[in-house]
Amino acid sequence: MSPLFRIKRWIGDHLILGLGLLVLVYTFVPIAVVVLMSFNDSSKSKNVYVFKSWTWQNWLHPFKPAGMGGDVLLSIEIALVATAIATVIGTMAAFGIVRHRFAGRGIANLVIFLPMASPEIVMGSSLLALFVATGFGGHLGFITIVIAHVMFCLSFVIITVKARLTGLDDNLEQAAMDLYANERETFWRVTFPLVLPGIVSAALLSFSLSFDDFIITNLNAGQRVTFPMFVYGANQRGVPMQVNVIGTAMFVIAITIVLVGEFGRRRREKLLAA
Amino acid sequence: MSQVHEAPAGVSAPSGSRDLILKQLTKEYATFTAVKSLDLVVPQGSFFALLGPSGCGKTTTLRMVAGLETPTSGTIHLGETEVTYDKPYRRPVNTVFQNYALFPHLNISKNVAFGLERRGVIDVKRQVAEMLELVELTSQANKKPAQMSGGQQQRVALARALINKPEVLLLDEPLGALDLKLRRGMQLELKRIQTEVGLTFVHVTHDQEEAMTMADTIAVMNQGVIEQMGAPNELYENPKTTFVANFLGQSNLIGGEIEGRDGDHVKVRVQGALASIPTDRAHSESGKGWLGIRPEKVLIAETGQPIDAPGDVITGGYITDVSFVGVSTQYMVKMPWGQELMVFEQNTGARRMLPVGTKVDISWRPEYAFLLDASQDAKAGIEEE
Amino acid sequence: MATLDDVASPKAKRKLTGYWLILPGALWLGAFFVIPFYSLISASLFNPKGSPLTGYNMSWHFHNFVSAIDQYHAEIIRSLVYAGIATLTCLVVGYVLAYAIAFKAGRWQNLMLVMVIAPFFTSFLLRTLSWKLILSDDGKVVSFANWIHLTNVLHWVHLTSTDDRLLATPFAVIAGLTYNFLPFMVLPLYASLEKIDIRLIEASSDLYASPIRGFAKVTFPLSLPGVVAGTLLTFIPAAGDYINATLLGDPNTRMVGNVIQGLFTTQGDFANAGALSVILMVIIVGMVLVYVRTAGTEELV
Repeated sequence: MSPLFRIKRWIGDHLILGLGLLVLVYTFVPIAVVVLMSFNDSSKSKNVYVFKSWTWQNWLHPFKPAGMGGDVLLSIEIALVATAIATVIGTMAAFGIVRHRFAGRGIANLVIFLPMASPEIVMGSSLLALFVATGFGGHLGFITIVIAHVMFCLSFVIITVKARLTGLDDNLEQAAMDLYANERETFWRVTFPLVLPGIVSAALLSFSLSFDDFIITNLNAGQRVTFPMFVYGANQRGVPMQVNVIGTAMFVIAITIVLVGEFGRRRREKLLAA
Repeated sequence: MSQVHEAPAGVSAPSGSRDLILKQLTKEYATFTAVKSLDLVVPQGSFFALLGPSGCGKTTTLRMVAGLETPTSGTIHLGETEVTYDKPYRRPVNTVFQNYALFPHLNISKNVAFGLERRGVIDVKRQVAEMLELVELTSQANKKPAQMSGGQQQRVALARALINKPEVLLLDEPLGALDLKLRRGMQLELKRIQTEVGLTFVHVTHDQEEAMTMADTIAVMNQGVIEQMGAPNELYENPKTTFVANFLGQSNLIGGEIEGRDGDHVKVRVQGALASIPTDRAHSESGKGWLGIRPEKVLIAETGQPIDAPGDVITGGYITDVSFVGVSTQYMVKMPWGQELMVFEQNTGARRMLPVGTKVDISWRPEYAFLLDASQDAKAGIEEE
Repeated sequence: MATLDDVASPKAKRKLTGYWLILPGALWLGAFFVIPFYSLISASLFNPKGSPLTGYNMSWHFHNFVSAIDQYHAEIIRSLVYAGIATLTCLVVGYVLAYAIAFKAGRWQNLMLVMVIAPFFTSFLLRTLSWKLILSDDGKVVSFANWIHLTNVLHWVHLTSTDDRLLATPFAVIAGLTYNFLPFMVLPLYASLEKIDIRLIEASSDLYASPIRGFAKVTFPLSLPGVVAGTLLTFIPAAGDYINATLLGDPNTRMVGNVIQGLFTTQGDFANAGALSVILMVIIVGMVLVYVRTAGTEELV
């Protein structure tokens, strides 16, 4: 084999992987900017979004901008409540769909799929139209936001749990029954632990979707202001750099949860294998 | 000498024994009947094999005994106790599943302890340790199933079922996923454990060699019914249907006219020659019949050479194919009436291998032949692969 | 002795359990996703003379649709064009990434997948704001684009209005849409690529010799379900988005989302806003129906 051919072959083998990695780098550039800007001393600049000089102040006083602390808290509260509701009823629905035959399956699948394939602006405006039509137009706030968030998180929860449940081997539950576990014990000792990773990822996904939502929330929030609404509003007045501290912190926490989970799993396996 | 007999309706097993008794057991699905009115008694402590091709109803039968399928009609008894509609967790029956179905989130000792813990048994730890000892997996107790080889997983599945000391242990193609060499080892291992613990084993398989190696009694199932049941050598030497003749080993089936009974023999005219078959091996006594003879029972010699058989010699064949497989040489012999017969000859070294094209005579000892009703398909039970 | 009825009854009970399990989810989606469409459609037929405070008359005012199209057709077309270009770019870029993860990543497969969804872990708004910094007029990206004459090319194809800047142009909005919806393209593509038996690809390289022909004849057709799903999941939200147009564009890049949002919140014109939403949804439903015909819902869900 000539060296030229070998080089050509190496490039052929690694070209696509290299391009793929380049795409990943591209997706991370804005995140790097968010992290960088969290250290930006730019309290004076209003409309221009540029890096001035290095400071720790944003991290030391993350909730300095007026109202932001409350908005972050509200977003967290909404995300927790919406995640809890969506995870419970979405998991139930996933079990119903996978484990039971019933009329209207096709329609159910379509109704689950549609929220993911509808523009947020349409979902948000229809909900607003409903709230106004039923006389809740003046009571928009925490409850209407939660209602909206559960609605768009549900499809993601159902699909995530459903995927996990479909991949489950029926024989495992039959084996449990064969080994003297009644229906309840079979569910809690075999089915549930095996589906749990799917439920946990569904909950994490719901939380981030809810915490991050702007378009639907903005239409149905009434006088309440969530963190994304704060950021959007700040864009017009001048963005306080502390929003990047929140963004960075969220990112670090989420990545840590995922990586700890993954490494924990690998380490346990290694330890056991030894 | 069979320990198993078909249960006459209404006759229950002798009291005190814990035989597994299936009566008129039937399972119908929307489009087909998987098991048709099955009657069967598996004596306590025996190693019983349900043998048949895929789709014959053997696994459905097993699952009904385990309680994982509900019969459409019929009953299942353990001794005097009826368990037909009992939940799987209420019957003293355990299963070794085809793909093992080990719980992936539990380690090996937790998997093995599962059944005992559900029943609230006290010294779980000691029993698990003993059981892992029996299947030689003590050092693996803390591993997860995914970290084990197929053979090890198989032994865990066995341990997990055995530890409950079930009255009947069901094995659903337990060795199907193992490679050939491992399978041979596990067959002997299973047989040893069964003898040691003395439980009733019901083993479902499509591998006739596996069934014959391990079981005391084999029931050959086809299309939802038991075609024949008996000790392995009995089934092999004296099959009652063309399906059994072909599914269990290989057979030459030659068409003939049955001339009728003559003392303790039945006479058959086969392509000009007259063959006689002992009455206990003749499963038809009039009309057309299939004369069956196993390939290794056919004797062969170059035309004109002596053959060591008391019966008629059929002449006029020639060899169309020869394959040498070590312990034996397998010939295909084209007979004057167009049929090709299989002939296996032991490589005793008494004679050189006959080349293709050699003209030969064949014969067999009458006591090895069997006679079947010609209304059956001569190719039933031949696996199409 | 148990009778057949005893056996049949648990089954009937089990059937009902299924309905009980899906009931809460079905009610929620029914009440807050399906019924609102009815409210939206009726809002689109309101008499536009009303206001959220005084209330609207439901007057079967079909003229709302005519006036919405009449006034806002530029925004509607712009939205479809921007979303279309962004979707195509996502398809090309996302295919490379999905292919690399499915077939070339080896043991880094899981890590790369986590990295694909990692951007979701931080705020969508903040990431879009970051693009404002990256594309800003005196930034490195603009000078590089100037140097390689990219800005001239973009100006020439009317994706920018001048030949020396990137921010506040259609290009910036489309780039933002591409960036934000890329994971929605990559994940379905990866899911369908991952299902392809690698041996088929090897066999194709055996039969078709050229890797490009092999890709066109085997890999791409087999990944078609992922392509269909990915395009829908990218195009639909992109067409309705207005964040990118607001943060990265200028008044000339307003999309239909901007208009609907404005009509609903600041102008309080529910009638026209409803009509415009319905028009957008009709276009979307048309596309979904085509998708359902070609692929079936079960594949995606």
